This record gives sequence, structure tokens and C-alpha cells, in this order.
Amino acid sequence: MAGVPGSAPALELRGITKRFGDLVANRSVDFDVVGGEVHALLGENGAGKTTVMRIAYGLTHPDAGSVLVEGHEVAIRSPRDAIAAGIGMVTQHFSLVGPMSVAENLALGRASGLRLDLDAARRRAVHAAERFGIRVDPDARVADLSVGEQQRVEILKALARDCRILILDEPTAVLVPAEIEALFATLRSLLEEGLSVVFISHKLGEVRAISNRVSVLRQGQMIGTVAGSTDERELARMMVGRPMLGVERSAGAPAPSEAEPVLRIRDLRVDGAHGRPSVEDVSLGVRGGEILGVAGVSGNGQTELMAVLSGMRRPVAGTVSVGDLDLTGADPRQMTAARVGRIPEDRHASLIPDLSVAYNLVMERLDDFRHSGRIDERAIRAHADELIARFDIRASPDDRVAALSGGNIQKVLLARVLSRDPRVLVVSQPTRGLDVGATEYVRSQLLARRADGAAVLLVSEDLDELLALADRLIVLYEGRIVGEMSAQEADREQLGMLMAGRGRNP
Amino acid sequence: MRLSSISTRYPVSPWSTPALVLFAIAITFVITAGPILLAGANPIAAYAEFVVIPLTSQFTLLEVLVSATPILFTGAAVAIAFRAGYWNIGAEGQLLLGAIAAAGVGTTVGDLPGIVALPAMLLGGAIAGAAWALLPALLRVRFGIDEVVTTLLLNPVALLLVNGLLHGPWRDPVTGFPESPRIAASAEFPALIDRSRLHLGFVIALVVIATAWYVIARTPAGLRLRAAGLSPHGARFAGINVSRTLIVAALASGAIAGLAGVSEVAGIQHRLTSGLSPGYGYTGIVVATLGTLTMGGVVLAALFLGDLTVGASTAARSLGIPSQLGAVVQGVLLLTVVALLTLRRGNSSRPVDAGPPAGESAEHEPAPTEGAVT
Ligand SMILES: Nc1ncnc2c1ncn2[C@@H]1O[C@H](COP(=O)(O)OP(=O)(O)OP(=O)(O)O)[C@@H](O)[C@H]1O
Ligand SMILES: [Mg+2]
Repeated sequence: MAGVPGSAPALELRGITKRFGDLVANRSVDFDVVGGEVHALLGENGAGKTTVMRIAYGLTHPDAGSVLVEGHEVAIRSPRDAIAAGIGMVTQHFSLVGPMSVAENLALGRASGLRLDLDAARRRAVHAAERFGIRVDPDARVADLSVGEQQRVEILKALARDCRILILDEPTAVLVPAEIEALFATLRSLLEEGLSVVFISHKLGEVRAISNRVSVLRQGQMIGTVAGSTDERELARMMVGRPMLGVERSAGAPAPSEAEPVLRIRDLRVDGAHGRPSVEDVSLGVRGGEILGVAGVSGNGQTELMAVLSGMRRPVAGTVSVGDLDLTGADPRQMTAARVGRIPEDRHASLIPDLSVAYNLVMERLDDFRHSGRIDERAIRAHADELIARFDIRASPDDRVAALSGGNIQKVLLARVLSRDPRVLVVSQPTRGLDVGATEYVRSQLLARRADGAAVLLVSEDLDELLALADRLIVLYEGRIVGEMSAQEADREQLGMLMAGRGRNP
Repeated sequence: MRLSSISTRYPVSPWSTPALVLFAIAITFVITAGPILLAGANPIAAYAEFVVIPLTSQFTLLEVLVSATPILFTGAAVAIAFRAGYWNIGAEGQLLLGAIAAAGVGTTVGDLPGIVALPAMLLGGAIAGAAWALLPALLRVRFGIDEVVTTLLLNPVALLLVNGLLHGPWRDPVTGFPESPRIAASAEFPALIDRSRLHLGFVIALVVIATAWYVIARTPAGLRLRAAGLSPHGARFAGINVSRTLIVAALASGAIAGLAGVSEVAGIQHRLTSGLSPGYGYTGIVVATLGTLTMGGVVLAALFLGDLTVGASTAARSLGIPSQLGAVVQGVLLLTVVALLTLRRGNSSRPVDAGPPAGESAEHEPAPTEGAVT
């Protein structure tokens, strides 16, 4: 039963205003979603999407405004109230308990009473995973899962709680195309049962594919609501206030073929969580002026490969070198000294969220910012002001990084790395969670590095991104390279097969 | 400030809330009213006696400073370690080692002038305290062995060492008591004010704290230490040698705790005794926690606890209640502060912007680092 016209919306937000000090994150925002509908919420990084939905879910309290469920005003003081009212939310960052198994995490959401029946929890987890078509290992320890896998558990946890209104804050950012399709199929069948979905995403194609209506926030204000079929250019224009262009590797730019690779990896092996190797026999080379794309479903060794190249993990076997420099087992300092710029997928863990933007921007090179033994606060500030302007970070130097929106956190890390002119750039999911404007910007920056002769290793689950940026592609499956091709000859279908572990390159 | 107090999506560090400490003090007074009533006194009168009376005469005021001196040292020692994410519970043992070294140096310097004897003692005490802190720190960074356990376990070992010396080679040859011989007169800390017990140690403590503040707040090394404590992974990623930072913090912590021992030997006891410290090392944890791990907070908290200590002993006389009630108040205070911090931190398991597990309280805090004091 889809929403009956004229009946009250499943969820309605009225006049929501939320201030953080001087900053108005939401300015009298109205929003509603009816039964059986997907209502997408779009907006640039920091537009206030997450904030308004956190208010609906009781994670934040508004300064003004009210929340109505089925036409009745409800007081939502905490997620407990929201869950009781039938609202579920998958947050942008996870709320899983790392040392516990997937099944235990699912049980936590619904545990009542003192005893936890683990067998039953496990059965329920398996059952829920089947019912919703989401592939997870119920016995895996959450801390051992990749970001993408953890996100899957999050979605499952919310679905398993039988909510009628499901808020998804960038749920697909970490999923691969096939999984997104599976999620959408799940959602569609749940929609038929009357579920309402609020869908926050930066991927306009997806938004158009699933949404009935689309609303756009800009700087905390509701710009308007349009039909889900509205074309992408128009949506982008509403979000940014100007038309967008789209960045691509200039077609036919000659891939430098004869040159020696700058970044070279030979026979790399990295051990995974349970002693079995997560990366095995990986050899690759990236030349200066080249972007090598690493495709694959997350959890197939990308995290470990990045950890080695970031200096955070020692390989069990194999070598890593940059130019003539052997960097096997190098630590982060040695990596930076060799001008290897590192942008791993987990930005929070790569920064110090409790320190200011300005400090985070200089954390790798504090010694350059000392003045007669003291921290040179003035220079640090000037440096921050400059990078904030250059990279269009929406924050002030003194803001704690933790208080920034997801996209701006990414920009802080990006600014820290790119401002040092890296010779080698290793990046994972650089545009995950970024709005269209920021995505365009980051991609153009990567291409600019490439034009400057840097060797870029780009790990991404986003095939569009890989095809738009990379010169060459390799596919990782279960820790091994199962395919290699030039971007020109790559075709989506074949890539998809390789990523799923089917078929090998002849 | 762009942080709201009610709905903290990205809350500030759990240590940095003076309001919470004041709240804890209020709760503590309510809770301890029970035992005070049982002891047959009026709680209001008792609190006035605990807190206010000591501040009303010069003699008691100076005694407050005397009581605050050792816990200024240990509070700063603990705060430095905790800021780095190194949970040093061993200040007590480190203090005792500092005291042993001070007595050792102090009884051997003989005729040397104070200008040589005092620095030698301070140096010896600091080195001894740091040395006692070294092993747990190495075990932590090399093998990941929890320093909470190891530092704690070394405390009784240090006390055994003291007693071993006092019942063996260092027994006072004149009296035969288990006390070391008196240290040389030149090795005694001079009194700051005539006919008071307030001694040089108080000034040294303030200098140490001011230095610690400067290093932590103003130098690159201090920023690295804070970074390592707030987010070890992020710090390591930025090229900071977190292991080395932890070791340095542990050694600095041990050295400062060692100075507390020197200060008690040279300023108060003038010899090594087994009852030298009624748990100053542990009180240091209370001071650091109450002081929200900041140096300014440590000074305030140490003075407050010094005030309570003096107040408890005068209250014992004037109201006829057991002087242990002062310790009870301190203990309850520590528990309420820790409980409030834990409550506010909630059940979030990931250190970064983790929404609370559904169904839990909306107020949550990221853990300051892995493994909080609790
Ligand atoms: N607790 C907080 N304290 C201070 N500022 C905050 C807080 N929470 C959010 N903000 C600010 O409010 C604004 C809106 O943030 P919000 O997270 O809602 O953006 P968003 O639209 O979800 O962005 P993104 O697409 O990057 O996730 C941002 O400028 C952010 O820095
Ligand atoms: Mg958001």
C-alpha cells in the first residue's frame, strides 16, 4: 500500500532550525516523506543534510521546529524515542561495536532483558541477511571488516529492526554497483510494503534511479522539491547554484609507456586478520604521469595494500620502492620523506579529530612550524588560512576537525597531502561522500598531479571514477590481481565479472 | 565556539569540563553527608570545617600548601602521562623510588653545600622515579602489555624495597628504628616562611607544573604528545613516533613523581620512613582527573584536596569526627568524577564520531584514546 493521497505523511519535519554557535546548519527546514516513497535529500557538503536527519532520529536536538509521525507530533529526545516511533537511521559513520561479531552487533540493537541468546542472535542474523539480500558473515568480528562491509552490517541492523521510516545517510557511498542494485531491489520490495525512505546521497544517478521526489538543501535552507526524474544537470545546478561540467582525463592523452615506474611493488604479501594473506603476489608499477586504478569490491585487499603504502603496516614478503629508494616496511615518516602522499579510505583515523583544522594541516611537519623551540602559531594559522582558501574547506582554522562535515574532513586531508607536492600519490576512495562540486575539484586535483608527473595509485569502488580518471586498471579479488587492462579497452561488464571473482583475464 | 552543550554530535574531550567537576563536588557532598551524620556531626558544619576553616588562619593556610605540595607533583605526573594516553597508575612507586634516592644522596653528601646537595638530590630522585617507570613503558610499547596493571603492580614492590632498606642496611644505627639516618642539614629544603613547615618543594612543584604547561601547550613535542593521546592511529599516520612519545611521557611522569618523593624527604621527613607517603601517588590520579588533565586544573585540584586534608584533621578535633572522613570525601569524589565522565562518554565504541548504538543515550563521547582510566 503506497501512500494514500491526502493522508498524513509518514514523517514530517516542520520548521527545523539548528544553530551551532554562529553557524546555522538548518534554517527553518520543512521536509516530509509519505508511505511507500523514497524522498532524496541532496546538498553540498555541509549543507545540513545529516544534521536535519539526526534531529529526526533524536541524535541532535533542534533549536526550533517539530517532528510529526503519521500526522502526530512526537517528542524525540533520543534514538530510543525515534525507534519507538518507527524511525530507523543508518548514520554516515558507524555505530558498531568493533570487538563483537556481526550477529552480536545485530542483537545489540534489539537486546532486551539481561541474557543474550547468541545462537538465536546468529540465526536471526543469517535470516535477516537472507531476507534483505545483504551478504555478511555473521561470525566475523566487526573490527576485521572493511568499511564497506561494516556499512552493510549497519544497513542490515536498521532493516532488522522493522522500522517504517528508514533514513539512509549516504548508504551507497561504500557499496559497489552490484550491491547498490541489490540494496535498491531490497528497498523496492520494502517500499511496496509501505516503508518510507529518506535517502541522502551525492550520486545523482542513484538518486534519480530510486527516488520519487528530491529535495535540495543549500547552506541550511530548503531550496525546493522536484520530481525524482529531474535531470542531473538541473539537480546539480540546484545544489551548487551554478552548472557543473564534469572532469575527465582528457581523451587520448598518451599514457607514458616506456618510462620506468616510479612506484614499484614486487610480490607483495600482507597478512590479514586471521593469518591468511589478504594481499598475495601483488606486483605492479606506476609511472610518473600515470594514474593506475585499482578496482575491486572492498575487502579484497585494498585496505591492506593501502596500509602498506601508507607506512602503517609491514608486509610479510615482497618489496615496495619509489624511484631508487627501497621503502619496504617504511614507516609513515619515511613515506612522507620520500614524498609519498597518502589518502586512505578512513579519513577520521588519518587525522586527529579532536585537534583543530590548523594543527591537523601541519601535523606531518611540525618541525617546519617551530620558532625558537615553540610552536609557531602565527605561521600555522597563515598556512591554514591559505590551504582553506585554496582547497575551499568550509571551516575556520580553529574548528575541531571532528565538527566538520564529511566532505570537509576529506578536504583537510587532501589539502595536507597535496600541499606538499607528492611525487607518488596513493589514494583510496578519494571522492566518497563528496558533493558534486567537491568531487569535481578532487578529480581535477588528481589529474593535475598526474599532469605534473606524479605517479598516482587510485583505489576506488566507483567504476565511473576509475574509468574517468585512470590510464590503466587492475582488478583485485581476494588479495590477488585478477585482471589488468588499459582504461580505453576496459569494459564495464568484464570489470564487473572480474570484481566478482568470475573469469580471469586470458 | 561552534559547539552546543545539549546535543553534542562531536563532543569535546571528556576531560575538559570544569562544570562536570563542580557537579561532582556537589554530588560528593550530598553522598558523604550520610557518613558524617552517622559520625554524629552536622554535615553543613563539617563541610564548613573541611573547606572554609582551613583558609581562615595563616597557620592552616600554610598547612594547606604543605599538604598540596606532594600531590601537585604527583597530579602533574599523572596528568602528563594520561594526556599522552599512557595510563600510569604507578606514581606511588615512582615517588618511593625518588624518596629512596633522595635519602641515599642526602645521607652521603655530608659537608657539601646546599647548592650542590639539593640539585644532586633532585636529579637522583628524578632519575630513580623515571627508571622505575621505564620497564612498564617498554613492556607496553614492545609487547602491548597493559601499563595499568604493570605500573600498579610495581607500587607494592617499591614499598617492599623501602621496607627492605629500612629493616636492613639503612636502619637508623642510633635509635634502631626502621628509619634511615637523618639527611645532611645542607640537603634539607629550606623553609619558605619562618617557623612554618612550608618548604622549597612547593616552589619546585610550581616551577615543574609551569614548565609542563609550557611544554604541552606551546612546543611541538607537547602537541605531538597531545596528538598521540587523542588519536594514536592518526598520530602515527602523521609520522609521529607514538611509541617514543609514550616512553618519553612515561619517563617524564616517573621523574616528576620521583621529585614528589625528594620533596617529602628533603622538606618534611628529613629521612626515609616507610610511612612517607599515605598514598600521594594515588591521590595524584584524583588530582589529575579532577583537574581535567590540565596543569591549571591540577593546581586548583591539589589546593582543594590540600584544603580538605587540613580541614579533615581540624574537623576531627573540633567536631569529634574521625579524620578518615577526609579520605572518604576524596574517595567518593574520585568515584563520582570517574562515574560522570564514563556516563557522559556513553557506550560509543569507536573513537571517532560514532553515533550511539540505537536505543542508547543521545549524549555520547568518544573515548579519549583506547582504554580509559575507568
Ligand atoms: N556538532 C557540531 N558542532 C559544530 N558544527 C557542526 C556540528 N555538527 C554539524 N556542524 C556543522 O553544520 C554544518 C552542516 O553539517 P552536516 O553534517 O549536516 O552537513 P552535510 O550536509 O551532511 O554534509 P556532508 O555531505 O559533507 O555529509 C557543517 O558546516 C558542519 O560543520
Ligand atoms: Mg552528511
